[in-house]
Order: sequence, then structure tokens, then C-alpha cells
Amino acid sequence: MNHNLIPLFVIIPLAGTFLISLLGKRVRRLPDTLSNLCTLLLLALSLWCIPAVKASGMIVYKVGGWVPPIGICMVIDGLTCFMLVIVNVISFLVTLYAIRYMEAYTSKEHFHTLLLLMIAGMNGVVVSGDLFNLFVFVEIASVASYALVAFGTEHEELEASFKYMVMGSIAASLILIGIALLYAQTSTLNMADMARVLRAHSSPKVVLFVSILFLAGFGLKAAIVPFHWWLPDAHPAAPAPISAMLSGLLIKTLGVYALVRIVFNILDPTRILPVFLFLGALSMLVGVFLAIGQWDFKRLLAYHSISQVGYIILGIGLGTPLGILGGLFHLLNHSIFKSLLFLNSGAVVYTTGTRDLQELGGLREKMPVTSNTCLIASMSIAGIPPFNGFWSKLIIIIACIQAGHPVYALAAVVASIMTLASFMKVQKYGFFGALKERWKGIKEVPFTMALSMVILSLLCITTGLLVIPGVAEHFLKSAADVLVNGKEYATLVFESVK
Amino acid sequence: MIYSLCLILFGVGLYCVIAKRNIVKIIIGLAIMEYAVNLLFVLFGYRLNGSAPILDKIQETKNIVDPLPQALVLTAIVIGLATTALLVSVAIRIYEKYGTFDISKIKKLRG
Repeated sequence: MNHNLIPLFVIIPLAGTFLISLLGKRVRRLPDTLSNLCTLLLLALSLWCIPAVKASGMIVYKVGGWVPPIGICMVIDGLTCFMLVIVNVISFLVTLYAIRYMEAYTSKEHFHTLLLLMIAGMNGVVVSGDLFNLFVFVEIASVASYALVAFGTEHEELEASFKYMVMGSIAASLILIGIALLYAQTSTLNMADMARVLRAHSSPKVVLFVSILFLAGFGLKAAIVPFHWWLPDAHPAAPAPISAMLSGLLIKTLGVYALVRIVFNILDPTRILPVFLFLGALSMLVGVFLAIGQWDFKRLLAYHSISQVGYIILGIGLGTPLGILGGLFHLLNHSIFKSLLFLNSGAVVYTTGTRDLQELGGLREKMPVTSNTCLIASMSIAGIPPFNGFWSKLIIIIACIQAGHPVYALAAVVASIMTLASFMKVQKYGFFGALKERWKGIKEVPFTMALSMVILSLLCITTGLLVIPGVAEHFLKSAADVLVNGKEYATLVFESVK
Repeated sequence: MIYSLCLILFGVGLYCVIAKRNIVKIIIGLAIMEYAVNLLFVLFGYRLNGSAPILDKIQETKNIVDPLPQALVLTAIVIGLATTALLVSVAIRIYEKYGTFDISKIKKLRG
């Protein structure tokens, strides 16, 4: 078991960033090739993690050879491995898609530089075992994403990016206060050591205050409802591959993952979980109600991201093993189908140049790959069996009822029906119906774009199998176990560094 | 007691971000918030009449200030610099496009 491979998750994309920004202007094909190569390597590495974690449970890398309570460590456990696979699968497919899509924009090398920087930040957040390092990686990914939202440098993009940056900076301040207070309480920054010190002696008031600060800070990054209003501007303004990255990955790794990792593994989740439940249910309903009235394809999808993150928070907020399993499973599924939907919207923009659903219509005839993959994704997000979204929503609803929250279960069902309604609207106005005169000349998107959409739609169908016992259930279960047995995190880390 | 000053500074920054309409003033407000947090963090590591944390063989070191928050705040300042630089550059581009710094006149996005 070679733990020396762990830093590569950060080193590879950072090296890619460096080389592309250095040589991208001189060598013409370099940005595309190098960025695809980097994400492919990362994908292979993250898939290697699955058997490695299964064999040894937890892998810890000591940066510079310093033993953890003093030194910084990088930790791979079930949840980390789960997140790494999600991040790297989606980023590989997005870079594949971006080869042709980004030809419409100038300065491709800057795009790939920032994209790889964002991937480095997200991988860093996931593997970090040190709270301040986690903060630094959160900010690396955020700063890259601010710049990527403004990439088009038109009126809307700049305005959206400014809003996003202001909210992001406030969130960063709140998170830093939380870290400062925790440091003042425990005199350590190592996550495992912090958890150990807090178990031994802690003042419950400080812990509660810190969890509220983290909920606000990471909630802003995750766009949970009272903190959501930057998202519907920022996500549609970015180029489509970036929208897919932002909605599919960024709000989950920076927001949901960081929040649940800290709350479940360092702090005490019991008192904050009812807030999770309430905010999750609120996000679910508010997001979907705002989404149904939208005519802008990408804006509609952005509102659905708020709603679907609500499901994830609701599932995890239940705190029961089944609820956490459902929440994480929905996280996986949402990142697949939401990236696919954003890539579909990108394909529509690529061929027609508009994303207003009222202007579209009948694209089915001309763009069979896009419309069929979009149909699969729509059915997944709306929760139609046998697609993956159905299984995760079903698990969350069952878990709600088992935990004695029938109202939240009802809210989840209502939100699901509304989701179905709004995606029927997308399908009806966008892809079915009569083909309009002005779209007679359009063609299907190029091969690499179509390929990445087809792979994602196949994933939509196959990830539903993860719940069936015996089929790769270890992958999901070991991730959920990390949160269910949150208190064992510290002991496990210290055992594996010995 | 001195911590409450940090809170006041943070409040001033937050007020500036929320209530002001000029983009440049919002950026300044964000910077003030950042400074408040950094100050708080450094204060957590401070000891009254403490000396600099330099390891010395001759003299026994006692009552030293905690060096770790200072290192962390240094990193946080660098992050803040990156964010501020990006904010300012976007503000310049916004001024080029809209011809104003007033956020109540910059509203192409709705809903």
C-alpha cells in the first residue's frame, strides 16, 4: 500500500496549471492535451483508491515526514475516496467536452489553467486532514471559480462574478473565524487531534457557535437556501463546462463535503442536525418553486441545483445510517445528472446560440444524441425509475419516515413532483414539438462533446445499481460509515500513523 | 475585552458591504472584514508581555507568544490579496461595461 501517491492528487493538476500557463501560448495543442492528460491520470488514481481503501481502511500521508498532531497530514478514507472518484470522473468528462466547446472563446490556455487550478483545490479539500489546509484549498478552488464565472467578460458574467465574489469572501471570513475559535479552544489544527481534544474537554457553547459559523460559511458555498441567491446568477453565467463543474462538483466539495466532514468528524452533530433538516427541506422547496417559472435553460438548472442540494442536506441531516447513505448517494447521482444537464444546455447553446426555451423547439430531429441524453438526465433528476435519481430519493424518503419525520418526507415527494413538472417543460419546449424554421440548418455537436454526454448518461443508468446488495456496495457504504461512526475518525487516523 | 473591538471592526466591514452601493466601497468593506478576522486570529495567540518565539540555547524561553496564528494569518492575508486583486480587476471591467460603480444601476440579472 503506497501512501506516497496521495499528494499526486494535488500535484498533478497544479503542475498542469503551471505548464499550461507557461507554455500554452507557444504550443497550440498543449492546453487541451495536457489538461485531458492530467484529468485522465487523476481519474486513474482515484479509481486506484477504491481497492486501496477497501484493503486498508484508511491511508494517511505525512507531509514532510512530520507525525500528524504536529505535522500536516493527508487522509484518504471511505468518504474521501468516494468524493475523489466523483470529482475526477466529472472533471475528466468536462475537460473532454471543453476541447471543442471552448473553441468559441479566446484564450483557451487561461481557461485550462483556471480549470486545473479549481480541480487542484477541490482534490485538496477532499484529501486534506488539516483544518487550515482545508481552508486554503477551499479558497484556491473558490478564487479559480470566481475568475471562471467572469470568463466571458460580458455584462452578465461580470455582474454575476462580482456578486459571487462578495458572497464568497464573506463566507471565507466566517469560516476563518470558526477555525480561529476552534484553534483557541484546542490549540491544534489537525482535524483528528482537534476531534480528540474536543471529546476530552470542550465547552458546548463554543462548539455550537463554531458549528453555526461553519454552517453559514460552508452553507454560502453550498448555496443552502437562506444563502442561495448568488448561485442562479453565477452558475449560468459561466461557460457550460464550468457550469457543470460548479453545479456538479464545487458546491458539493466546498460546501457539503467540508461541512459534513467538520460537523460529523470534528464537532458534535447532535445539536446542529435539526437545523440541517429544516434548511435542507426549505432549500428543496424554494429551489424547485423558483425553478419552475424560469425560461432560461441554464438558470432553471441552477435553481434545481439549490433544490437538489436540499435533498442531500436533508438526507445527511437525518443522522441515521440510512439517511446518510441516501444523502451521499444523492450527492453522487446529482453530480452526474446535473453535469450532464449543463453539458446538454452547453450543446444547445453551441449549436443554436440561445438558451431561451421559448425560442427553441423540436431539436430532437436534428440533435438526437443531445436530446436523448438530456431525456435520460431529466428522468434521473425527476426521479423516474430505474434511473439513479429515483433510488437515492427513495432512500431519503424512506429514511425520513423511519426517523419519524413524515412532514419532511412529504416535502421531498412534493419537490420531486415539481421537479418532474419543470423538466417536462424543458423537454416539451426544448426538444419535442415541431422544429422551428430558423433551426433547420443546425447539426449535432462534435464527437468529443457527444462522447462525454453519452458516458455521463450511461453513468446515470448504471449508478442506480450501487444500491443493489453485492454490486459495489462497499464503495457507497464505506463513505457513509465515515459519517455514521463520526467519532471514530480521530482514533482511526492516529492508529494508521503509528 | 479587546476581542469586542474585533467584533466592532467586523461589524463595520459587514455594514459597509451590505449598505453601501458603490462597488469600491463594498471591496473596502470586505477588506475591513478580513482584517478584523486576521486581528482576532493573531490576538488568540498573543500573551501579555510575551516575547518573540525564537528558540535560544543560552536563554530559557518563557511566556512566548504563539507563533502558529501569525503564520496562518500570513497565509490568510495572501488569500485575501488574491481575492481583492480579482475583485478590483472585475470592478474595473464592470466600470468599462456599465460606466458606473453604482450597484443599483448594474442589474442585468433578475429572478
